[in-house]
Amino acid sequence: MYLERHLKDLEAESIHIFREAAEQFERPVLMYSIGKDSSVLLRLALKAFYPGPIPFPLLHIDTTWKFREMIAFRDATAREHDLNLIVHTNQDGLAQGINPFSNGSAVHTDVMKTQALRQALEHYKFDAAIGGARRDEEKSRSKERIFSHRTVDHRWDPKKQRPELWQLYNGRLSPGETMRVFPMSNWTELDVWEYIRQEDIPIVPLYFAAERPIVERDGMMIMVDDDRIPLAPDETPKTLRVRFRTLGCYPLTAAIESPAANIAEIVDEIRAAKTSERQGRLIDKDQAGSMEKKKEEGYF
Amino acid sequence: MLEETTSEIPLDVETHAVEEKSILRFLTCGSVDDGKSTLIGRLLYDCQQIYDDTMESLSSESKTYGTTGTAVDLALLVDGLQAEREQGITIDVAYRYFSTPVRKFIVADTPGHEQYTRNMATGASRCDLAIILVDARKGVVTQTRRHSCIVHLLGIRHVVLAINKMDLVDYDQERFDEIVADYSEFAAKLGIEHIVPIPLSALEGANVSGKSERMPWFNGPTLLEHLQAVEVSPTNRHAGLRLPVQRVSRPNLDFRGYAGQIAAGTVRPGDEVVALPAGKTSTVKRIVTYDGDLQEASAGDCVTLTLADEIDISRGNVICAKEDRCQVSDQFAAEIVWMSEEPMLKGRPYVLRINQQTTLCQVSRLKHRVSVETMEHISGRQLELNEIGVCEMTLDKPIVFEPYMQNREFGGFILVDRLTNETVAAGMIRFALRRADNVHWQAVDISKQVRARQKLQKACCLWFTGLSGSGKSTVANLLEKRLFALNRHTYLLDGDNVRHGLNRDLGFNDIDRVENIRRVIEVSRLMVDAGLITLVSFISPFSAERRTARERFETGEFFEIFMDTPLEICEQRDQKGLYAKARRGEIANFTGISSAYEPPENPDLVLGGGQQSPEDLTETVLAYLQAQGVLETD
Ligand SMILES: Nc1nc2c(ncn2[C@@H]2O[C@H](COP(=O)(O)OP(=O)(O)O)[C@@H](O)[C@H]2O)c(=O)[nH]1
Repeated sequence: MYLERHLKDLEAESIHIFREAAEQFERPVLMYSIGKDSSVLLRLALKAFYPGPIPFPLLHIDTTWKFREMIAFRDATAREHDLNLIVHTNQDGLAQGINPFSNGSAVHTDVMKTQALRQALEHYKFDAAIGGARRDEEKSRSKERIFSHRTVDHRWDPKKQRPELWQLYNGRLSPGETMRVFPMSNWTELDVWEYIRQEDIPIVPLYFAAERPIVERDGMMIMVDDDRIPLAPDETPKTLRVRFRTLGCYPLTAAIESPAANIAEIVDEIRAAKTSERQGRLIDKDQAGSMEKKKEEGYF
Repeated sequence: MLEETTSEIPLDVETHAVEEKSILRFLTCGSVDDGKSTLIGRLLYDCQQIYDDTMESLSSESKTYGTTGTAVDLALLVDGLQAEREQGITIDVAYRYFSTPVRKFIVADTPGHEQYTRNMATGASRCDLAIILVDARKGVVTQTRRHSCIVHLLGIRHVVLAINKMDLVDYDQERFDEIVADYSEFAAKLGIEHIVPIPLSALEGANVSGKSERMPWFNGPTLLEHLQAVEVSPTNRHAGLRLPVQRVSRPNLDFRGYAGQIAAGTVRPGDEVVALPAGKTSTVKRIVTYDGDLQEASAGDCVTLTLADEIDISRGNVICAKEDRCQVSDQFAAEIVWMSEEPMLKGRPYVLRINQQTTLCQVSRLKHRVSVETMEHISGRQLELNEIGVCEMTLDKPIVFEPYMQNREFGGFILVDRLTNETVAAGMIRFALRRADNVHWQAVDISKQVRARQKLQKACCLWFTGLSGSGKSTVANLLEKRLFALNRHTYLLDGDNVRHGLNRDLGFNDIDRVENIRRVIEVSRLMVDAGLITLVSFISPFSAERRTARERFETGEFFEIFMDTPLEICEQRDQKGLYAKARRGEIANFTGISSAYEPPENPDLVLGGGQQSPEDLTETVLAYLQAQGVLETD
């Protein structure tokens, strides 16, 4: 197995961070969102603690609107690695019937993701949530620390971040405060794909081009993953050869037209890419700085 | 020193395809409006790291926030948070990424204004190279010098002097040469090793990735060529092994491994190692990784080692090559960059973190502050936000370390406030304090000053006077403990330890009392002569005897501290039942009852005993001594 040096360096940095998180916190949890970044994150965690098991549980916030293939992949992965997987859904939101179609992406995301995460963190008393966010994803993330402090009410205060020097991470918390830990801060999207290729890491097949039933909404190609999607009388899904660059709730995740059917082809495509991966995420579309606002409110 | 760099650095993939793609972490610094954001935007743009949809939102943002009129303002690519963008400034360290076929670049982008010291230090801590931007019209300015000092302090050895806005000085070679000469002179004084000057126009992209036709006189590399080719300090592969243990891995009874990232050196099974600070030795059995056991691992690798012997190793311990060990000490001198609004307090306990070790520590002495414009020493009593000082640190337990300039990961530490949990400072260890090294005794007469300097302190006599039960000894004891913790060498003389030995032959008649005090004065003089901070806790009721004492010392060496506790309180306390006895007439000449106490007329310090806790009184004395410069040295 051959791993390029820059990827080896990134891997080492991430492993170091994972081990720090395991040692510095009492109840850390690994945020597992099933996408490609989570797949890499999981591999890094397995490496960090080998030959031991991952010394903390994985948490999936299930909005109930994920692609079915994602859920199948999640459960298979958990079985294969004998993971301690916690799945949490905001039951209040579910009872209220919150969904992306009638409530819109903003409300759906707030209730089923942001609030759900807070519920889970509080319920299980997790003091650190380890996630796969990268600094290159979005401008406001570029300033975020690797150990990123959250106030008692889960807010991120960009003006009061702790200086983070060398590889010294200050994980000290006062009661009720929590930390977000981002082992993959310094990875780019291309790094992630190259790593997946060189390490041969399994990912959800939705990343590969295939024929899928698609409807067009506001110029976005939305996959008809189940019959909860309301179709207009004259609307019939078209079968198109598409793939996904990021994965989330299926009604909020746009497909891209692409022939890339394996990792090598994806890497080539990303290298030549002309649009950023966030383009396919409807929740960022609102306005400049929207991600920043969400984060201050506690979105992961 | 200026470097000659060849300009023949191919950019194409072919030539480099066989070489390994590496990571270069660099820092960009410049004053506001020198064109830093434009330059980074340009690098990103030229390396095609900017996507169409980003460009799209950029051109709409350019109209709102931009400074380039109708053209797309590349600077907006890197101006992060909304709040900052509205103010038109960047306020923190932001990280950017781009890559070419031969290198991945991680850019720490730090602002050039107010908080620059803190932010730059943070950004610089992991960088190997710094781009220092200069506006060609302005030349080397104060900010340029500041940035260079911090870059140097944080151990960055490679500097690119990016002279920007050449388009505004007609691409003039003379102007360029003038700035380079100016900067080189300053940098030489600092001791910056490698400087590569490049004339640029970030706005036009001149000499960023492509050669500028407007500056044919420049034969050096373009910025990107240099960034791709520069050989940064080799990893510490060839040093002795240093593996700071992050965690002990014990998945089952048969396996006990030590996980960590190798900070320096190389390790192979069979190597002899020592675990510090304990010093137990063993040999390496296996190098375990998820991808299989390794025959060799070196600096940068994350591994889990197993050893041939069962020795006690825990998180924070360091596994070193047996023949090439790190230093271990609980006292060292370090440069400290203060990063908190709350100033640094000498003697206050902070949590110190260095690699995986954590301990409480105190700053025992601020030797001097350092000017960030010249690196010159300035005297000072405390460090404020964004100030830098050279300090002596005293730790609660010994740590394993190396001088920062030798090994950043082993010499860089942070200080954390115990209450707020904020990271309040960053430090770079210079050397362990081996006190005896400081005096070359063959050459000098051993005087009081020399003895005191050896102890890194000023010798003096602190004379506590006051009624029995006034709290003299309590405060003197607490004070001695505090001084001890601050690494001061002390001795406490009081009735108990003097009466039982040296003055065992003396009673309580007038003659014996005078002799008693005389001996105490002489002993404390000897102790001060020996270089000690000598605390004397004696009722010493008479002004005359205290005056005699003062006269036996040099000016500024004797401090009369009056425990002004009212008689009623002392009598209430009456720990030894002496007042009761005296009241019953069982003790003759008891001070305060049957013998007068003459309160000092001009004491150096009055302590309101009975009103404040002994701890607070102790702090008052300490603050007083600090104010008097007694705790300073030299
Ligand atoms: N003429 C000229 N203007 C420049 C150059 N580089 C930057 N600028 C302009 O200088 C101003 C400040 O640039 P900016 O990148 O925001 O500076 P920063 O504060 O250092 O990030 C902007 O109006 C830029 O367009 C250059 O090389 N030539």
